[in-house]
Amino acid sequence: MTEAVTIEARNAVKAFGQGDHVVRALDDVSIQIRKGEFFTLLGPSGCGKTTLLRLIAGFEMPTSGSILLDGADITELPPNKRPVNTVFQSYALFPHLTVAENVGFGLTMLGRPKAEVQKRVAEMLALVKLEQMAGRKTSQLSGGQQQRVALARALAPQPKVLLLDEPLSALDLKLRKEMQVELKRLQTETGITFIFVTHDQEEALTMSDRIGVMSAGKLQQVGSPKDIYTRPVNRFVASFIGETNFLPATVVPGGVKLATGDVIEVATTRPGAVTLTVRPEQVRLVPAGEPGAIAATVKFLVYFGTDTHCHLELADETEVVARLQSPANGDAGIEPGQAVGLRLAPGAAQVLED
Amino acid sequence: MSAAEERLIQQSTRNAWLLSLPALIVLVVAASGPLLIVLIYSFLSPGQHGNVIWEFSTDGWVGILWSKDIFSEEWMLADAHLAIFWRSLWLSLLTTAFTFIVGFPTAWFIATRPPKERALWLFLITIPFWTNLLIRTYAINEVLRKEGLMNTVLMGMGITDMPIEVLYTQTAIFIGMTYVYLPLMVLPLFAAIDRFDMKLLEAGYDLYASRMQVLRRVILPIVKPGIIAGSILVFVPSLGAYVTPRVLGGGKQMMIGNFIELQFLQGKNWPLGAALSMLLLVIVMVALLVYVRYANKGSSSHG
Amino acid sequence: MAERAFHVARLPGFATTAIIVFVALYLPIFTLVAYSFNASTSLAIWGGFSLDWYAKAWDNQQVKDATIRSLIIASFAAAISTTVATMAALGTTRRRAFKGQTLIYVAINQPLMVPEIVTAVALMIVFGLIKVWLTSIGMGGLTTGLGYLILAHSAFCIPFAYLPIRARLEGMDLTLETAAADLYASPWQTFRRVTLPLLAPGMIAGAMLAFVISLDDVVITEFVKSGGQDTLPTYMLGQMRRQLTPEINAVSTMLLGLTVVLLTAFFLLTRKKT
Repeated sequence: MTEAVTIEARNAVKAFGQGDHVVRALDDVSIQIRKGEFFTLLGPSGCGKTTLLRLIAGFEMPTSGSILLDGADITELPPNKRPVNTVFQSYALFPHLTVAENVGFGLTMLGRPKAEVQKRVAEMLALVKLEQMAGRKTSQLSGGQQQRVALARALAPQPKVLLLDEPLSALDLKLRKEMQVELKRLQTETGITFIFVTHDQEEALTMSDRIGVMSAGKLQQVGSPKDIYTRPVNRFVASFIGETNFLPATVVPGGVKLATGDVIEVATTRPGAVTLTVRPEQVRLVPAGEPGAIAATVKFLVYFGTDTHCHLELADETEVVARLQSPANGDAGIEPGQAVGLRLAPGAAQVLED
Repeated sequence: MSAAEERLIQQSTRNAWLLSLPALIVLVVAASGPLLIVLIYSFLSPGQHGNVIWEFSTDGWVGILWSKDIFSEEWMLADAHLAIFWRSLWLSLLTTAFTFIVGFPTAWFIATRPPKERALWLFLITIPFWTNLLIRTYAINEVLRKEGLMNTVLMGMGITDMPIEVLYTQTAIFIGMTYVYLPLMVLPLFAAIDRFDMKLLEAGYDLYASRMQVLRRVILPIVKPGIIAGSILVFVPSLGAYVTPRVLGGGKQMMIGNFIELQFLQGKNWPLGAALSMLLLVIVMVALLVYVRYANKGSSSHG
Repeated sequence: MAERAFHVARLPGFATTAIIVFVALYLPIFTLVAYSFNASTSLAIWGGFSLDWYAKAWDNQQVKDATIRSLIIASFAAAISTTVATMAALGTTRRRAFKGQTLIYVAINQPLMVPEIVTAVALMIVFGLIKVWLTSIGMGGLTTGLGYLILAHSAFCIPFAYLPIRARLEGMDLTLETAAADLYASPWQTFRRVTLPLLAPGMIAGAMLAFVISLDDVVITEFVKSGGQDTLPTYMLGQMRRQLTPEINAVSTMLLGLTVVLLTAFFLLTRKKT
């Protein structure tokens, strides 16, 4: 697999404000995004993901650091000179232009001949299935249709990179699911590098080739969805994506020792006190007193339909949640106050870096 | 901050000034700049037939309150001037108070109409606001004059059998100014009431307040910024009124505006006219400053 | 629903006062308009419906000249003030605060704050000085003409043109221009193809307000005009010193009609966008 880098950020810093009130929206971020991949920037609001996107688009200039496109420095290139297009969160469709005029805007600005623009607009509208709407004003479209126009408009000039700034956040749940599939299809069909910004972890996990998790202006972890979910590097990543348990532990030869005295086999290079994380679905309940099982007491149960969450307490009062598949009659067969044993699935536990 | 960012900010500031420049030139030439000349003129000596002689003198400013006796050349307190100032101030305050008394219920009425109707009522208030001041003053003239609507109605109803001569009195000026400046009171009041959360009324009544108590203890304190804005908007042009006292006062009941004109046209005392203009300007500016300070304080305390 | 339901927003006597205010606001104007159709020479007695006074006003060369002069001045003042106000609005909105911003705001709104009579005498003095100077350097030909009135009107129209344009700009979605830049539009193309078309309703509204304001001005015009430069309002003011005939009502009614038409257009134009 050739992994040519399309977009690269080198030590990008973006600070806002002056004097004592400087806020670093982006704090020394370096990242490489490969040609043709669906890359997602994931993080809570204010984590710096949109700022990074705006630096790549050219709407904002970094305070220090640089942005490279195909190896060339484009840090100070204005947005209208970058072969990078954006799908805006609010869509930003021109209200005074028709759907076709919106889609053709970029090519017209590039000075392409009229015939070519028309042909390309027709192709793009076909791609997003809006051929019938070409002559309409954008205000006459539904939210989902506006979204498609925004996509067609950004794709029409065949950019090297398409930036998508939380494009699905304004849609209702059903439409959002549809558009997720649609986006993935468009990306595969066009082969264009997509950089997708979202705060929705499920969206990120289902759509992306790779995910960059951001928090407080810093890139926390970059990896495939599976990597990110199963091998989170720190507390933030582990808790932001999915649900998880944290167990304080100390490193001993061959594994870590929990505060209860139980030893878990796990690989780690760190010495001393660490935090162990394990997903609730990897925690299994066994009868109390089974050899090698960690002793626990059931506190309460929460019924979720397909699953039942069992909240447990260890001997040292650490809380652990186990996710059990709900049995056919909905009754988990456990009572609050009951003493049980618990086991962690092999290889499921993970030592965090901090 | 990187050099590129700084360059962008500098460029943005330069563009802001360049874009504003044409407007600023027009304004400096034909609005702000000339005020400086008036200030200079107020310190010169009057010419024989109007205009000025370029000799420094404070007589223009002194002349605001004192006038020189023709025979003894002594400065004496000018009662006529004082009467004009007093009339201007009194009529302006009265106008402000009365426009509030009738304007507040009007603004409240508009703000509590259903949303669809509201725009129309607001439009009805706005039309007179944009209509020629002279025409509106003349319309009041039509109503007040001896054979006008008011007297016809009053005499027709047998309330009086002699026409009441209101025209060319202070009352006429007061009625005229109230009429022409009323929209200036209603519009800011409406804006304030429109922002007022009607749920607060329910809360007030729920806590045992009577209608009058709700008005006094809940509504008025909250819409106070609108009251101040409306009062300034009415008081400032009232104090500088020229057309209304001229048409309805008939030259007998002068206000400061007419007094200034007199110095430039018939009175031939330009320095005094210039000093009066500056005085009027200062009073208006003080009123506006008080308003700005109050408005800023009000908005910051509400967070 | 109960007939005597408790309405929270209703205050005693307020609705009645409001209705009286509306009647009082329009009654004088209607009287004025009604008397313009009075056949009688006297303003006092109703002598039946007639359009005589309109015909008379139409035949009056002074009225005709004043009307044309008013329209010329208002057109120029509206065009100039809207142009410079648009530029100023583009300069002062939607960018980070900069040094001198408040100064520009104050300068633009200054005509709203200074009493008209003060500006009027100030302009009379300054234009007088300019005319003396022009004559002294042998350019006396420049001392007449409508230029002085147009300049004065342009200045006091600026804040009125500026307000709706600025409001429109502030209500505009900044990302639209960002999107244009993203789609390869140069700054000029972005302005020409996105900003300007979206700003147009605000500019038209501003121009109409400026036009109305210029058309209505009495005080500044009265002091700045040279002999024989009466506009419609100053002509009317002059007439009010003399014998009043319903001709002045006819002229007023026409001016009133023009204002109402322009305002209604303005009202519809600004309402459409929301």
